[in-house]
Amino acid sequence: MRYSALSIVTNALSGNRNWKPVWREPEPKAEYDVVIVGGGGHGLSTAYYLAKEFGITNVAVVEKGWLGSGNIGRNTTIVRSNYGLPGNTPFYEFSLKLWEGLEQDFNYNAMMSQRGVLNLFHSDGQRDAFARRGNAMRLEGVDAELVDQAAVRKMYPFLDFDNARFPIQGGLLQRRGGTARHDAVAWGYARGADSRGVDLIQNCEVTGFVIEGGVFKGVETTRGTIKAKKVGVAVAGSTTRVMHKTGLRLPIESHVLQAFVTEGLKPFLDGVVSFGVGHFYISQSDKGGLVFGGDLDGYNSYAQRGNLPMIEHVCEAGMSLMPAIGRARILRNWGGVMDMTMDGSPIIDKTPIDGFFLNCGWCYGGFKATPASGFCFAHLIAREEPHPVAVAYRLDRFEKGYLLDEERTGAQPNLH
Amino acid sequence: MRLPCPLCGERDSGEFTYRGDATVVRPDPASPGAKEAFHAFVHLRDNPAGWHKEHWYHSDGCRSWIVVERNTLTHEVRGAVTAAAHTLARREAASGGKSSDDGSNEAPEADA
Ligand SMILES: Cc1cc2nc3c(=O)[nH]c(=O)nc-3n(C[C@H](O)[C@H](O)[C@H](O)COP(=O)(O)OP(=O)(O)OC[C@H]3O[C@@H](n4cnc5c(N)ncnc54)[C@H](O)[C@@H]3O)c2cc1C
Ligand SMILES: [Zn+2]
Repeated sequence: MRYSALSIVTNALSGNRNWKPVWREPEPKAEYDVVIVGGGGHGLSTAYYLAKEFGITNVAVVEKGWLGSGNIGRNTTIVRSNYGLPGNTPFYEFSLKLWEGLEQDFNYNAMMSQRGVLNLFHSDGQRDAFARRGNAMRLEGVDAELVDQAAVRKMYPFLDFDNARFPIQGGLLQRRGGTARHDAVAWGYARGADSRGVDLIQNCEVTGFVIEGGVFKGVETTRGTIKAKKVGVAVAGSTTRVMHKTGLRLPIESHVLQAFVTEGLKPFLDGVVSFGVGHFYISQSDKGGLVFGGDLDGYNSYAQRGNLPMIEHVCEAGMSLMPAIGRARILRNWGGVMDMTMDGSPIIDKTPIDGFFLNCGWCYGGFKATPASGFCFAHLIAREEPHPVAVAYRLDRFEKGYLLDEERTGAQPNLH
Repeated sequence: MRLPCPLCGERDSGEFTYRGDATVVRPDPASPGAKEAFHAFVHLRDNPAGWHKEHWYHSDGCRSWIVVERNTLTHEVRGAVTAAAHTLARREAASGGKSSDDGSNEAPEADA
């Protein structure tokens, strides 16, 4: 069913009793053209674009829990394309352009809100680095504005501008950045894929792969073996665990990132603001809660929960930037497992196994990449060659020395 | 999370700085295949879901490097030794001497 104002009115008049489930619950077939492992944002968008853009509809998405039970449902929902490296900027801008037309494209309300992303700077050196990044973005046709303190004061008068240690000098503003409703993004892609014939198979864990003579033949799952011509793995924080079954060792460590939400407040913060000291970013959800986060806890973890020192650190950063939030009570906090690569950038590539494709390494920043990641992964799987904006995301770049180290911190995943 | 520093006793994890997997061994640059070995040493990790031997630096304490054995699924800590003791145990094991230091996340080397 296509959603429209008319469908809402008609269903309301019949007491909302006639809405249909948004996707089917099919049994796995014996064989598919393509199996996607992982029903998170990237797996679902890959299936959607495979069907919609590349005409491959005999596809299954195999998810061990329920759709969207991983990081797609755990992130702080920030969408932006303010990356500075040549291999990254065009990819994230392609993603932002897809975001801009996404709701019309998949006919679902993802609450995409281009409310602006402002990264603050606090020293001359930081200003110069931001100016450079803004210029690199503009050279690629991406919007970026370097704004001074007076302009920031007008936008957010309640920030602590004259903080003795970290005064706010200005910021790099991307007005086209913003937030989207994370769950709805997963649901919109799931519905769009299902309606084009993709089987979404939940509660089905991939436990191994059938590989014969270096050629992929099928996936072993808790609901039996499913044959396929090709497989695309997009399991985010579980990448090492899943790929371990192929014997491939990867440049990845799994780390935990926490996020927080306060009780609902009246409208207070209409954009996304990030503090240039350590790492702190905050926005206000449409329900009114302040959604914020900071750095990784910093040690390898698969626990989906973090520890108290990082909670204290994040709250301290929040208080230094925005003392007014000190009286807001935190409602919930949670953690997600991040697939941190050695250079902080993702991988979308073939593997040494024929018919076996890998999408991983999204670190703490893969939500904004959801549309482009799916589009480029579908392109790679369908055409067996990388999409032009994703050519830098090769698996062998670590060995060859072509690292994409946006943070310039070296092969130390917890610092990216 | 609290870490048992072999020199200071059990301390809050906030006093420590994390380095990562303590089992990767720096290759000999003169050895054949050193190029591939260095790639593996710098970039590739077992990243186990379970017990993990890892380097921590007691930066807000005695400033020793230690090797902690911690479960990445539960954050449970099983023990810690100084990085020096860890290296000695590895060398002993490598030269055929007896060592109690084995397990999945194995072959420790601390002089990284
Ligand atoms: C706290 C937090 C805040 C974040 N904030 C932002 C942000 O503001 N902006 C941003 O751009 N990014 C952010 N991110 C990162 C972003 O959420 C992730 O990079 C992205 O969601 C990862 O891709 P995904 O959606 O496909 O992952 P997931 O949703 O995790 O999907 C992977 C799926 O694979 C499934 N799976 C695993 N193993 C198996 C198996 N063996 N068989 C079958 N299925 C399996 C999992 O159950 C899961 O559903 C944040 C992440 C966290 C945790
Ligand atoms: Zn100590």
